[in-house]
Amino acid sequence: MAKTNGVLNSAPPDFTQSPRIDKIGVEERVSRFQKRSIKNEMKMQGLKMTLSMIDLTTLEGKDTPGKIKQICYKAAHLHDIHPGLPAVAAVCVYPTMVALAKKELEGTGINVASVSTAFPSGQAPLEMKLADTKFAVDSGADEIDMVISRGKYLSGEYNFVFDEIAAIKEICGEARLKVILETGELVTLDNVRRASDIAMYAGADFIKTSTGKIQPAATMQVTYTMLEAIRDFKLKTGIQVGMKPAGGISNSKLALHNLIMVKEVLGGEWLTNEWFRFGASSLANDVLMQIMKAETGVYQSSDYFSID
Amino acid sequence: MDRLKVLKTYKIYIGGKFPRTESGRFYTPKNYKGELIGNICLSSRKDVRNAVVAARKAFGVWSERAAFNRGQILYRIAEMLEGRKSQFIEEIVFQGATKAKAQAEVELAIDRLIYYSGWCDKFSQIQGSINPVASSHFNFSVSEPMGVVGILADESTSLIGLVSSIAPVIASGNSCVVLASESLPLAAVTFSEVLNSSDVPGGVINILTGNHSEMMKPMASHMDVNAIVYSGSDAELIASLRETSVLNLKRIRTYSNDWMKAESQGMHFITDCTEIKTTWHPIENIGGATSSY
Repeated sequence: MAKTNGVLNSAPPDFTQSPRIDKIGVEERVSRFQKRSIKNEMKMQGLKMTLSMIDLTTLEGKDTPGKIKQICYKAAHLHDIHPGLPAVAAVCVYPTMVALAKKELEGTGINVASVSTAFPSGQAPLEMKLADTKFAVDSGADEIDMVISRGKYLSGEYNFVFDEIAAIKEICGEARLKVILETGELVTLDNVRRASDIAMYAGADFIKTSTGKIQPAATMQVTYTMLEAIRDFKLKTGIQVGMKPAGGISNSKLALHNLIMVKEVLGGEWLTNEWFRFGASSLANDVLMQIMKAETGVYQSSDYFSID
Repeated sequence: MDRLKVLKTYKIYIGGKFPRTESGRFYTPKNYKGELIGNICLSSRKDVRNAVVAARKAFGVWSERAAFNRGQILYRIAEMLEGRKSQFIEEIVFQGATKAKAQAEVELAIDRLIYYSGWCDKFSQIQGSINPVASSHFNFSVSEPMGVVGILADESTSLIGLVSSIAPVIASGNSCVVLASESLPLAAVTFSEVLNSSDVPGGVINILTGNHSEMMKPMASHMDVNAIVYSGSDAELIASLRETSVLNLKRIRTYSNDWMKAESQGMHFITDCTEIKTTWHPIENIGGATSSY
């Protein structure tokens, strides 16, 4: 199947026919990933890889320019005491903060991701969502994190959701599009799978679990279901789509379990920050503390690491 | 028909929950008659780590409670202990003490909790001060809790040493991780059940059983532990504590008191685990008025 500018040329499939998910089976499979033992050098590599995949995120109503400057500095200087650590992949902010973040990150190679489309609820008319996205892209965003219309999805208007994503994709231009399904509101794994399919066929470069504002967020069951959808999409169309679990992944152990899952479901090809991201605010510090624990042999305190 | 006795599983106490040690290990201390005291959790360094995380989390909540409320809660622990006196006496006797001595120990432990309960909202007035300074500042010093305190409880007693170390530490708002007596662990485990029904927020007091020399090192080197309280007189262990804890300049407090004595209590046990914060607050010096502040 050919693809032009991330949009498939042929007609999308009938989304009502998306595969049904065996919840018990998924839980069984996921529990296996949590039993792998990762130690020493392997663990260190995994931790560093995790750092390089983080979208360091601040999405608060109370975000100020000062906060954005601080988080951008942190993104490029995770823990200067320890040389040789990778920087994070991107900083994720609201559209109004994109220009500032872009300026602060100049020359670091760190991307600026912007949420858009009336994040986090997505309850706005399409024109506003398009304007929101255009504003972010014009301000210099390298990546756009959009939310789908969950209300429309839940009332069965799959075509509406599809068209909306396709319209946003078009306006993104060069910016890569991550589509947030907000799985906590989709409730069932069947819905997660179908929404993943819709997003990918509509042109998503990444599919992302959650906004971080709703619980549950990136559970391993949900991420696993989405990874399977990505695998099937690649097999059918030849197009590679990235994955971004976001929300709730706040410690190293969980991050490593996720990496194992990606490796075993999709393969090593996805284990770069081009195809896999963690949306997180406090994960970076936990990973840093684990790295310092491994280096020094003593348990660490957040007193000696930067503020999230 | 004879009833089959239900044996108690002795577990550790972390974050207000009663898990088994993550290591899955246990040890089997014996009493003076050679009888098995119980299958006791042999906690590991990872239990210490988990307990410190729980204690750090609880520290904010506990230190922000009003001092009066902390006093009420310490009093509540004493109330709960009073209600379960006979169980403690039974356990201490089983571990080798005489009935009279066990009773004296439990009663003193209750009284000591009441004693420190009273101190909660009083010590800071005595330790704090308003300081005369030669500039237009209002200058005052107040005591603040240190944070997470590691406690190596007295080895030779089961309950009184434990209570005498914990009560002054939490009175000022610290949270703590306690290593119970290795050879006499029963009352410590039962005490954690008392704590769990005494309005003490989970994580303020965490009690681990096991080998002190094994758990001492991860505790003393832990960057998130602010002070260590050791009860005993093992010079080698004290030296090792001082050496291991130097990374984050922990306060080390060592006591060789006989906790059964009435004088083994006092405000200084509280202030030993507090820091003094001095504030310089600019004030207007009106018309050269002779304010002594």
